[in-house]
Amino acid sequence: MVHLSTIPDENQAINGKLADGIKKAHLQLVNDDDSFTTSVYGSRFAARDLPKHEMPEAEMSRDVAYRLIKDHLSLDGNPILNLASFVTTYMEEEAEKLMVESFSKNFIDYEEYPQSADIQNRCVSMIGRLFHAPTGVEEEVGAVGTSCVGSSEAIMLAVLAMKRRWKNKRIEEGKAYDRPNIVMSSAVQVCWEKAARYFEVEEKLVYCTEERYVIDPEETVNLVDENTIGICAILGTTYTGEYEDVKAVNDLLTKKGLNTPIHVDAASGGFVVPFVVPDLEWDFRLEHVVSINVSGHKYGLVYPGVGWVVWRSAEYLPQELVFNINYLGADQASFTLNFSKGASQVIGQYYQLIRLGKHGYRAIMSNLTRTANYLSDSLAALGFIIMSKKSGEGLPLVAFRLQPQEDRNYDEFALAHQLRVRGWVVPAYTMAPNTKNLKMLRVVVREDFTRNRCDSLITDIKQSQQLLEQMDRESIKKQQEFIHKHNTSSGKATHNHPKFRREKHSIQGKTGKTHAIC
Amino acid sequence: MSLGRHVDPEDIIHHLESVRPLSKSTNNKPHHLTPYSTPYASQQDIPKYEIPPEGAPSDTVYSMINNELDLDGRPNLNLASFVGTYLDPNAHKLFTSNLSKNLADNDEYPALLSLSERCVSILANLWGASKSEHAIGSPTVGSSEAIHLAGLSLKRRWQAKMKAQGKNIHEPGPNIIMGSNAQVALLKFARYFEVEARTVPVSERSNHCLDPELVRERVDENTIGVFVILGSTYTGHYEPVERVCEVLDEIQRERGWDVHVHVDAASGGFVAPFTLAGAGQKWNFEQPRVKSINVSGHKYGLVTPGIGWIVWRDEKYLSEELIFELHYLGGTEKSYTLNFSRPGAQVVVQYYNLIHLGFGGYKEIMENCLANARVLSRGLEETGWYTCVSDIHRPVVKGSSGVAGKIKVAAETFTGGSDGGKEKEEEEQEKETSAGYTPGLPVVSFRFTDKFRKEFPHIKQEDVSLLLRARQWIIPNYALPPDEDKTEILRVVIRESMSFDLLDRLVTDIVQVTEQLIDHDEVDLSIMRKQGGRRRPNRKTGKGKKQDKDDQKDESVRERAGEEVKRLAGGIHRSVC
Repeated sequence: MVHLSTIPDENQAINGKLADGIKKAHLQLVNDDDSFTTSVYGSRFAARDLPKHEMPEAEMSRDVAYRLIKDHLSLDGNPILNLASFVTTYMEEEAEKLMVESFSKNFIDYEEYPQSADIQNRCVSMIGRLFHAPTGVEEEVGAVGTSCVGSSEAIMLAVLAMKRRWKNKRIEEGKAYDRPNIVMSSAVQVCWEKAARYFEVEEKLVYCTEERYVIDPEETVNLVDENTIGICAILGTTYTGEYEDVKAVNDLLTKKGLNTPIHVDAASGGFVVPFVVPDLEWDFRLEHVVSINVSGHKYGLVYPGVGWVVWRSAEYLPQELVFNINYLGADQASFTLNFSKGASQVIGQYYQLIRLGKHGYRAIMSNLTRTANYLSDSLAALGFIIMSKKSGEGLPLVAFRLQPQEDRNYDEFALAHQLRVRGWVVPAYTMAPNTKNLKMLRVVVREDFTRNRCDSLITDIKQSQQLLEQMDRESIKKQQEFIHKHNTSSGKATHNHPKFRREKHSIQGKTGKTHAIC
Repeated sequence: MSLGRHVDPEDIIHHLESVRPLSKSTNNKPHHLTPYSTPYASQQDIPKYEIPPEGAPSDTVYSMINNELDLDGRPNLNLASFVGTYLDPNAHKLFTSNLSKNLADNDEYPALLSLSERCVSILANLWGASKSEHAIGSPTVGSSEAIHLAGLSLKRRWQAKMKAQGKNIHEPGPNIIMGSNAQVALLKFARYFEVEARTVPVSERSNHCLDPELVRERVDENTIGVFVILGSTYTGHYEPVERVCEVLDEIQRERGWDVHVHVDAASGGFVAPFTLAGAGQKWNFEQPRVKSINVSGHKYGLVTPGIGWIVWRDEKYLSEELIFELHYLGGTEKSYTLNFSRPGAQVVVQYYNLIHLGFGGYKEIMENCLANARVLSRGLEETGWYTCVSDIHRPVVKGSSGVAGKIKVAAETFTGGSDGGKEKEEEEQEKETSAGYTPGLPVVSFRFTDKFRKEFPHIKQEDVSLLLRARQWIIPNYALPPDEDKTEILRVVIRESMSFDLLDRLVTDIVQVTEQLIDHDEVDLSIMRKQGGRRRPNRKTGKGKKQDKDDQKDESVRERAGEEVKRLAGGIHRSVC
């Protein structure tokens, strides 16, 4: 049986349902407070500025708030074209999923999230072994380590440990302990300067020269005195990516009968060297190396927010720095500057370690080395002077500068600005002090920098150079100012406080060296 | 009767391995149907201590790690922590899409940076920063970093002052004053930056937190500052910022020492400004002596872990030599942080919360938290077994002080006028607000009444915690800070996600558990204590394996017997976050 039904016209439909009185009382009000709108962009919020300085009195619906913030954030740069940073911008979907699922977990809450804590221990163990740390659980033998927010925290902890250990020894010997110093290269990352300043340790710098961009082992060891808490050696300087000769420093110390501890800042190199040049001795195989830090969010291939620090044994970590924290009856020894933080990054690190395995890391790092070699050769062919090492003797990055020529109208900074117009962020730096204001450009080869993109970069460098060749000095200067003002975000920044502008206390303030970003 | 035999689980696993040896081969087949058809599912152990030579397919690794993480607790039932565990779906989306952004890379992520500036500005305004001064601030990973930065700045200022006066800065060296209820981060600052921590003992008279009169005795010319905590983590009481400032004013008049105050508002910074009870005093930048304030965005700021804020009332309180400049393509960036590269997603979510919820939204949430805390407190006291050490459910005595009067007025304006009448009163009962109650964090700290303890001396508070654990609730049992550490408290933190319905279950469960304890005699209880195992991470200590095992056994027997609640005096800090 089939039901046939009529299709009522509009009048019928309304009249049939509603009483006459209601029909008359049909209101025609404009919904002024527009709690309901057709879309986000139809709401009054789209026609207003987002609250900037004071909390709004009233709520905003969540989809509106979401959309407006998302739109605002689309002004951020494209990480793919950012060749200035070492920090990871790509992870697999599965890894992202794991991280998203665990971002509400508080890493420090051992009792609530025992498995996350256990995963940290596994990572420490894996990374320690990668660095040939002495193993064993006997007291004073096995290595100890912890996760951090990044290498900055790791370095502060390491400096703190070296300082306290030195101080304890001096007190024991009945000597003065108010003038500690630390020996390091003038090419160090800014966090070393921070650590020295914040913890009141005098910096003794080993200067680079025009030909040598790393520390000279002889000079380094000569700077050591009784007040030296330790030596910092960098595995992969941020300028040229070269590895400092840790073994030579170590051997010289042994030869001179000194017992100064060495900390290796392997922020970038820690996940490259063990896979690309496993025979290079820089880690716990050397007797004077007491601690090593590495950034998980650089070549450890995790999103920002994870670093690692490992000490040779508990002996190098003075007891009084470790706080015993009791949580529901379970004691946990902890050594951190931060407390509550998300657990995602540590879980992401564990995922990468077991997902890729040594083989996977080696494959990725080999590819990066090949790309860096290719870029390096191409730039050399374009006439640039290559300052970085090739084929695994340094980090997979390319540092280069222009040929010294009297009659050229542009410098490295002009080229960097020109590349910025094409979207590439290739930073120009002034080198470490005592290198006669040597300028350079640096391209960091990250996991997602493929050969294909490398080719587009080379083309753009060539074209930018040709354009600059055709311009005179005056117009280059004008062009550079224009780009700086309109194409870079820092040029447009208004938030920098005038009081703190042009500080004079850091190496940068004193010598004009650029604090390179990482 | 059957005889039991001790079974060592490790032996069993070892035995199983010898029966069917675990495959040592790492030759994973590249093709597999599901994650559970790969060797990791049955024959191969997941790598724990060394990077495997070969990797494994991503879906396999994902499900292995994911399954393992199921052993972690349920965030919402953890009543021990202040840390946020809930994000609304849009905040979640924002978090996910910004996961890979680096907050330190200001050149690459300018929009992210501008959001963080806005948050600092909003917070400074919320805390009454004066228009005539230039407030300055920064996002941090959490309150710990913020406290280190604030303390370091205090120390530098003191050093500069002493040097200018030609005085010695090493002997006797700087000191800082705080209550003994201070969170571990405050003590850490003192230890790591070599400042003597002068902890002030707490007492019942001082509400188990900082006593202003005792501060007076401890200040000298080497005092770099006083840490005042807005919201003691033990009992949720706000420390008397206003009174401490008065005492320090008197000291400055008498002795000429200008001692600054840093307010650690890790938990209270997002509660006090929004609740009708307020903080019962002027605690923020309206108080001229308060030079800096920190707050945890991941506590009542309603963000997930990894975000804190620090604001100084004026740039001059931030020592110039602590600031570092970073150069990017021609531009520069100032920084004063202990961390460098770090995720920026939390900042985005903080801004989202601030503008999505607005003042009104935060107010509703905080009022709800306090209302739920009051319900729980009353419910517990009703039983006659428990008494609350926290005071948020106790009305302020009328006319006792100016503060109470003000609060009453506020209450009246909120309920819409003062035309009384019985109807009005009933309505007021319905829409009860925190106005008129003692200000404090939405925290309920409670203990057995004296009568209960006399009646059932064999029942220990630890047992309540233990039995609730079996019902999935995490409610820790703590000893109060030194000088009061004979008193133990059970503590419940009410977060936004603790709904009324859940609260109902909680009260029921606490009552049932207590009844269960009353019904058992001492012998039963001692057995339970031995069996009530705790989940604990399998951590490696620096000790020998065998010795370690023995140690653990000893330790666990001691602990489970409830003989020893760890005390601060013994060098053990509580983890409260």
